[in-house]
Amino acid sequence: MSATIFAHEFRSRLRSAAVWSLGVAAIIGIFFSFFLTFADQAALVNQMLQNFPPQLRAAFGIDRVNLTTVEGFYSYIFLFAQLCLAIQAANYGFGLVSIEETELTADFLLSKPVSRSSVLTSKLLAALASLTLTNAVVWVTSFAAIAVFRGDHEYDSRALLLLLLSIVIFQLFFLSVGLVVSLLVRRVRSVTPYGLGLGFGAYVLSAFTGLLGDVKLELITPFRHLDAMRIAQEGAYDVPLVLLNVAVSLVCLVVSYVLYVRRDIPAVS
Amino acid sequence: MSVIEVSNLTKYYGKSRGIVDVSFKEEEGEIFGFIGPNGAGKSTTIRLLLSLIRPTSGSARVFGKDVTTHGPEIRRDIGYLPSEVYYYEGMKVVDLLKYSASFYDRDCAARMRELSEIMELEMNRRISDLSYGNKKKVGIVQGLLHSPKLLFLDEPTAGLDPLMQRRFFDLIREENARGVTVFFSSHILGEVQRLCTRVGIIREGRIVEISDIRTLQQNNYKKVRVTAEGLTAASFDLPGVTNVQTENGTVHFFFKGEINAVLQKLTGVRVADVTIEEPTLEEIFMHYYE
Repeated sequence: MSATIFAHEFRSRLRSAAVWSLGVAAIIGIFFSFFLTFADQAALVNQMLQNFPPQLRAAFGIDRVNLTTVEGFYSYIFLFAQLCLAIQAANYGFGLVSIEETELTADFLLSKPVSRSSVLTSKLLAALASLTLTNAVVWVTSFAAIAVFRGDHEYDSRALLLLLLSIVIFQLFFLSVGLVVSLLVRRVRSVTPYGLGLGFGAYVLSAFTGLLGDVKLELITPFRHLDAMRIAQEGAYDVPLVLLNVAVSLVCLVVSYVLYVRRDIPAVS
Repeated sequence: MSVIEVSNLTKYYGKSRGIVDVSFKEEEGEIFGFIGPNGAGKSTTIRLLLSLIRPTSGSARVFGKDVTTHGPEIRRDIGYLPSEVYYYEGMKVVDLLKYSASFYDRDCAARMRELSEIMELEMNRRISDLSYGNKKKVGIVQGLLHSPKLLFLDEPTAGLDPLMQRRFFDLIREENARGVTVFFSSHILGEVQRLCTRVGIIREGRIVEISDIRTLQQNNYKKVRVTAEGLTAASFDLPGVTNVQTENGTVHFFFKGEINAVLQKLTGVRVADVTIEEPTLEEIFMHYYE
């Protein structure tokens, strides 16, 4: 671990982390401000939702959530926060070492007296620090939004905490999968399409699982491993799926280290 | 002590050739010229020595340590100026140099200032605003600021104006006088000839010649020009004479062998002018490539 690389990396991602944090905060704050409108007209809302085609309700998970409770409504918004967090983490993962290679600064960094594993550790920790910044903003905004907009509705703080605690596992998954893919493909020319692809892809898979009721697909998407609405409803994680999620992240990290230590840094051509 | 020791080093990128079976040594304090055209494998060799890429087979040692296992340790005392310079575009020159210096466990501030004054580097400009030549100057300061013991220069003068090139060469000579070993890769043979004591010539990934520049020049053919009345091409019908040309009473040809044989041919004639020259590195180099 090199403090110097950590600081450089963290600083270079600071603006991006701030923008993502503001974005996620806005989603949570603005959407949750509608809570009372929904909660106070519970009967009407439920009736309206019943009118949606069942496939649509399944795809968006609407039939599994009670939008008239604080944790139910919050968990529904949390899904969109998760989507942003996924894309952000995937972007950081894909860009972690590939940006240096496309911008050809890798030669500069790797001709310094630091080992590859130390470079990767510093970069990973810096990216995690940036993600934690966003994570912290989500915590603060969530508590603030609920405090301000819940009116006199009570809520289950356990469910809320479980949701918020799941963020770090969720981020780690997309960071490490993004990283390993970026090391497996020959060259990542632009990070954004990959990041969007991985984030949205995982989300769509999860939506399809709802639609088809297919059990196998849920094994591969973190949106199912850490299904917000299910966590809110049951007040508990689906432990085997969470463990699967963590295991995938760890395997990706280990493989990334192995690949990066042996990697040929492409030259200008 | 050999600072660089390369034995049977081979690198393939998939199926395409990088270098094949390259072996050479560079002793401490030498300036070793590594010459060859684009794509011959010069940069590949340097990148292998910096462990930016891994060898397919063979081994390389720098400061007596294997490059694949002791990379970070070795790089503490290495300065590297790449042929193409790319730095973090958003950074200021001074921040980049400080970042670079922060990797070394010594105080580089004074040397950094000194070098940037010599190279007339504007410290407060953004990297993205710099011209190619100015980026190259950043590269030079960045490569030298930690007072390395071994310098890798990969086509270092491209983009520098003649004034800066001269300052740069003076810098390299000063460093060398302090005992710094220099590995100088280039295809500009004039500058190699000016600076280096020994050269390796690489062609299509393989070393074709490693020799002292002096020996290379002496053991090669000589260029002979004689101006005298009554001389014809036939006058120099000797073994070792090639490329005979006659022009306005001047005969010139290449000669390889015992020079007295040529001189004896001249004893009977009244010579107006005669020159016997060693070939330039460029001419020798072209010879290897023809």
